[in-house]
Amino acid sequence: MGNEEAIFYSRVLTELTLSFHIIYATIGVGVPLMIMIAQWVGIKKNDEHYILLARRWARGFVITVAVGVVTGTAIGMQLSLLWPNFMELAGNVIALPLFLETFAFFFEAIFLGIYLYTWDRFENQKKHLLLLIPVAIGASASAVFITIVNAFMNAPQGFDVLNGELVNISPLVAMFNPAMPTKVAHVVVTAYMTSAFVLAAIAAFRLLKGSNHVYHKKALFLTMKVGLVFSIAAAIIGDFSGKYLAEYQPEKLAAAEWHFETEENAPLILYGVLDNGEVKYAIKIPYALSILAHSNPTAEVIGLDQFPEDEIPPLYIHYLFDIMVTIGVWMTFLSAAYWIGTQMKWKLVESKLFRWLIVLGGPLTMLAIEAGWWLAEVGRQPWILRGLMRVEDAATTSGQVDTMLILFSGLYLILGIGSIVVLTRMFRRNPVEKELADRHAEKGADIS
Amino acid sequence: MTLEIIGITVLWIFLFGYLIVASIDFGAGFFNAYSLLTGRQHILTNVIQRYLSPVWEVTNVFLVFFFVGIIGFFPKTAFYYGTTLLVPASIALILLAIRGSYYAFETYGSRGHKGYSFMYGLAGLFIPAALSIVLTISEGGFIDMVNGSPVLDYHALFTSPLTWAIVVLSLTSVLYISAVFLTWYANKAGDSDALKLMRKYALIWALPTIITAAGIMVELRSHNPEHYNNMVDIWWAFGLSFLLFLGTVWLLVKKRSYGLAFGLLVGQFLIAFFAYGFAHRPYLLYPHLTIYDSFTNEAMAIALIIAFIAGLALLIPSLYLLLRLFLFNKDYVRGKKDNHA
Repeated sequence: MGNEEAIFYSRVLTELTLSFHIIYATIGVGVPLMIMIAQWVGIKKNDEHYILLARRWARGFVITVAVGVVTGTAIGMQLSLLWPNFMELAGNVIALPLFLETFAFFFEAIFLGIYLYTWDRFENQKKHLLLLIPVAIGASASAVFITIVNAFMNAPQGFDVLNGELVNISPLVAMFNPAMPTKVAHVVVTAYMTSAFVLAAIAAFRLLKGSNHVYHKKALFLTMKVGLVFSIAAAIIGDFSGKYLAEYQPEKLAAAEWHFETEENAPLILYGVLDNGEVKYAIKIPYALSILAHSNPTAEVIGLDQFPEDEIPPLYIHYLFDIMVTIGVWMTFLSAAYWIGTQMKWKLVESKLFRWLIVLGGPLTMLAIEAGWWLAEVGRQPWILRGLMRVEDAATTSGQVDTMLILFSGLYLILGIGSIVVLTRMFRRNPVEKELADRHAEKGADIS
Repeated sequence: MTLEIIGITVLWIFLFGYLIVASIDFGAGFFNAYSLLTGRQHILTNVIQRYLSPVWEVTNVFLVFFFVGIIGFFPKTAFYYGTTLLVPASIALILLAIRGSYYAFETYGSRGHKGYSFMYGLAGLFIPAALSIVLTISEGGFIDMVNGSPVLDYHALFTSPLTWAIVVLSLTSVLYISAVFLTWYANKAGDSDALKLMRKYALIWALPTIITAAGIMVELRSHNPEHYNNMVDIWWAFGLSFLLFLGTVWLLVKKRSYGLAFGLLVGQFLIAFFAYGFAHRPYLLYPHLTIYDSFTNEAMAIALIIAFIAGLALLIPSLYLLLRLFLFNKDYVRGKKDNHA
């Protein structure tokens, strides 16, 4: 196998591992917060439905955490196995947040173990809720630290290059790079948003499939409300991300927007196809790109003409941008309609069609997460460290990457199917009606 | 003490932590499968599951901590070990992934079938074997530099007696460590059947462990004389380790103080592991890479050590809480209360 092939397969394997991992990682970041909210509401309202909601989410969460942990271990090690030259160089500058991420992960692992095995152990439910705070903090903190590493790859700083050597290294400057605030905020907020909509999809699905229990209605309302809040936050941070790109990574923004010529009053292009360098069937929103980039409709936006051809990312990232933004906007409207509709008692939000749309929202937001990551990562091509190291100089020289790709594909297939089967079986066999009845029987036995 | 030494000591401590907790985990999986095969599953399953369930995720973190830490403190290891270990490390990763996730699927989801338990038990033996390859490679002689890139010589690796001595040691010590721990745990749980069985396994695996450990010394004598001579220089450490080993076995034979027996075992491995590492100094990969030429810059080293201390301040009380609530909680250990989600 030539080196070209090793690079190609290394890229495919990394993309595969990450694309699989982020499904579970996103849930891993967002769901602890949702469990915490449900348990808190349950304690505050003294409503056992919310407590049970937290408990059932926690049970399903263990399965997704397990897959998240093992695939996270895989990508952690693959970074060094597939990109040894990159890790050798970057390790000097960016090891601190990587190291901190394992601490956050450790912290979360300890308290998750305790939380899962102390249901009903404490007289006071608030104590049990307290255990969940470190879990949620640990989960979010590990997302923060690992996203800092990724932000560094987009905006490397905190060192000087002298005769090909890295000198004057400052770990904290490397961590607090310009890409970090928008990236971290966007990742964390969209993880909360996605988890809320995934859980909403489950509640809506149960309501559609015959159960009309008030438990599912409470779950649906809670998750849609939380989802709405975070989708609005995601949109605002997305706008900041656009401004960051215009300032620091104009080639990514220009490629994502098919903005070929540097110009003032730049329009935003939505949808469309690219045919021999011609944009067709697109919707052009005048001045919108200038507003997105600089909050000024007449501002100049740098186009792709400013960059040498071998430093321009692939132009298909425009489609990824469209997918991400469209889904985000759609989910904001859907959850807003649901929330207003419930307040105003519209018939619409109780309709079958509307519930099916909510069910669809779960996988759609997950797709938006994937599209967003592909956009962010492919948009950095051809660099692995922007402006510093190209992807082809970072990859392993090993000749067995293609075989490893096959092995890992098999692994993810098994894990994906396994987790879905276990999760559905877990909840099908023990529907909420049955669990509520069991709990009442237990309590009754205690009294008598 | 230089920053390099602090760095490698920190990592060595975490590797040791992984060695102990993972051995307990892997061995438990094997004994569980074996007892299923011999129709004695009812004796062991409860004890094993009750210990493993709350801590399985923590075990994994020790490993992640080690390999993230080594890249942080010694970035050049990524170049040498990253390039050469693609295949063995990927295989270990895949086995770890299947084992870890299916443990969760089985425990929290639905009860699996027998075939799965066997796979689980076997995977637990293959993982230490795959991971211990790193120790073999670090002794030198298996990596060729081709066009400035390291290439692993598989033929030399798989035909070397040293490789197999280390693999066998990893297997026997996994079973031995696990059996001694579970003997203690079964005793705490007041489960006399499990205690009897685990005590038997502990005694069975004690001898092979010490023999293979001695065998490594013999192999090293011809493979890496420098390392061997350094080990001979600190022979007293290995002698002390051996005395602790005798102490553990004696307590097991006398059927008393199982907690102390496990403590002695940890001491035995701790001393031997650190003496081995001390003698290997200063090489990370003999003779290509030392801890000095691969060390990260000073700013990063200091930042990592500060992070490490802050992290420990957070982790040690949390780990203590975890142990208090599960390992050292009578009601929990004896299975009076389960309370899981």
